[in-house]
Amino acid sequence: MSATPTVTATAVTRADFFAPTIGKRLAYVGVLAYVVYAAATLGLSLERVQAGLGHGARFLAGFFPPNFTETDIIPGLLESLQIALLSSLIGTALAIPIAVLAARNMMPAAVSSAARLLIAFCRSFHPVIVAIIAVKAVGFGALAGIIALTFASIGFVGKLLAEAIEEISKKQIEAVRATGASFMSVIAFGVVPQVMNRFIGFVAYETDSNLRNSTMVGVVGAGGIGGTLFSAFQRFDYAFVAGIIICIIGLVMIGEVLQIYVKRVFR
Amino acid sequence: MSTLSIKHLVKEYVPGKPVLKDISLDIEGRGITAIIGPSGTGKSTLIRCVNRLIDPTAGEIWFEGKDLATLSGQPLREARRRIGMVFQEYNLVERLTVMENVLSGRLGYMGAWAAWRRKFSDADIQKAFSLLQRVGLADFANRRADELSGGQRQRVGIARAVMQSPGLLLADEPTSSLDPKTSVEIMEIMRDLAADNNIPVMINIHQVELGKRYAERIIGMSGGLVVYDGAPDGLDGEVLRKIYGGQDWLAT
Repeated sequence: MSATPTVTATAVTRADFFAPTIGKRLAYVGVLAYVVYAAATLGLSLERVQAGLGHGARFLAGFFPPNFTETDIIPGLLESLQIALLSSLIGTALAIPIAVLAARNMMPAAVSSAARLLIAFCRSFHPVIVAIIAVKAVGFGALAGIIALTFASIGFVGKLLAEAIEEISKKQIEAVRATGASFMSVIAFGVVPQVMNRFIGFVAYETDSNLRNSTMVGVVGAGGIGGTLFSAFQRFDYAFVAGIIICIIGLVMIGEVLQIYVKRVFR
Repeated sequence: MSTLSIKHLVKEYVPGKPVLKDISLDIEGRGITAIIGPSGTGKSTLIRCVNRLIDPTAGEIWFEGKDLATLSGQPLREARRRIGMVFQEYNLVERLTVMENVLSGRLGYMGAWAAWRRKFSDADIQKAFSLLQRVGLADFANRRADELSGGQRQRVGIARAVMQSPGLLLADEPTSSLDPKTSVEIMEIMRDLAADNNIPVMINIHQVELGKRYAERIIGMSGGLVVYDGAPDGLDGEVLRKIYGGQDWLAT
């Protein structure tokens, strides 16, 4: 038996491991200062909030009783639903290959950077802005709405799916590659099983989000119930506005329930 | 002619700092060849260079009439499907069933479109099921791989490798994550399946005793070089000191 060498304990204190960081403190102070500055320059004041509450109350009073009798609610809602489903489907179909190209563990840096740029481009504009451009390009109607929401879907599903692919276990991929499988077979047996669950979640969320957005792109003339809603606003027909809003809430809730059901079927 | 012939293999992850320095080996016939050596000496790198999961820096790897070191694309995949590999952490695709994992050994022989639709031939499915029976997991065929214990997973891993109809089996520390009893069972399955298929096995192993018990030949590596190559009987204290360094750990 050899003797264990004696180790002299070194004296340490809390500060050796949890030293306060100047940078973090400066960041807190900076954020606080900016909030105060922003509120001051935008002229926010309590009086304005008080006056606004009064207007709001009169406006809400105009909602009652809601008016459902107008006949263009149902066709508008159906058009919104179609815009949402079609754009989700087309957007997801386009997002899948782009996501594979964007995943840095699947592709060389040059390819993934280019695909990432495309995804970032799709994500940089709000769907309504894309809808305005699409209306200019293809005219009023549902097609413009589908283009706008497809664009958004590519960005959303593409980004999240690319990140999901980057987080998969390399070991499982290595084993499938070692069998002599081709790239597409590695995707089928190594990548898809690892991301499928999350992918279904992304698509369900995206469809849900498209359903909400599809009720809005109509405001700029890109089809769906939004156009009806906007013209009711402009006529100060608040009872009809209330009717439309309640129908939209109903539609989104039905979508929510369907989403739970669809997830259960696919998992 | 030997099954696998490695000539002057060098691998540098960082230029000028070789992990493998000029390795030359011939593996032939059948039976287990065990590679022992301390962690970080390049055993895994050597095994992974053979099926090109890692690209060697220099040297030749001759297998079935081709120099694997020069292949890429389709020819590389065709060479790879003839080399089965068993991993330390099993590397099963966790969310696939046991049956799908075993059948994935056939991916090198079929197109991607058939793979997507799981269009395996009846002969492949029969073979996969027979292999599962052979390793005692037929009842688990439809279970998901992540429901299995370590020893069960490694049996599936071996079945997947044999499913490739390989001409050579590689195993990278197949027992290092397993308890001693399961380790012995896994070694026996590998030895028996290799004997059935008449193929040699090249295996990295940390448990020297296990290696001596099952291998017909031991290769000792140290510092990226082969320092011992011979029968298990020749592994005495002096040789082990040469491979692992020091001597305190050898005291009984």
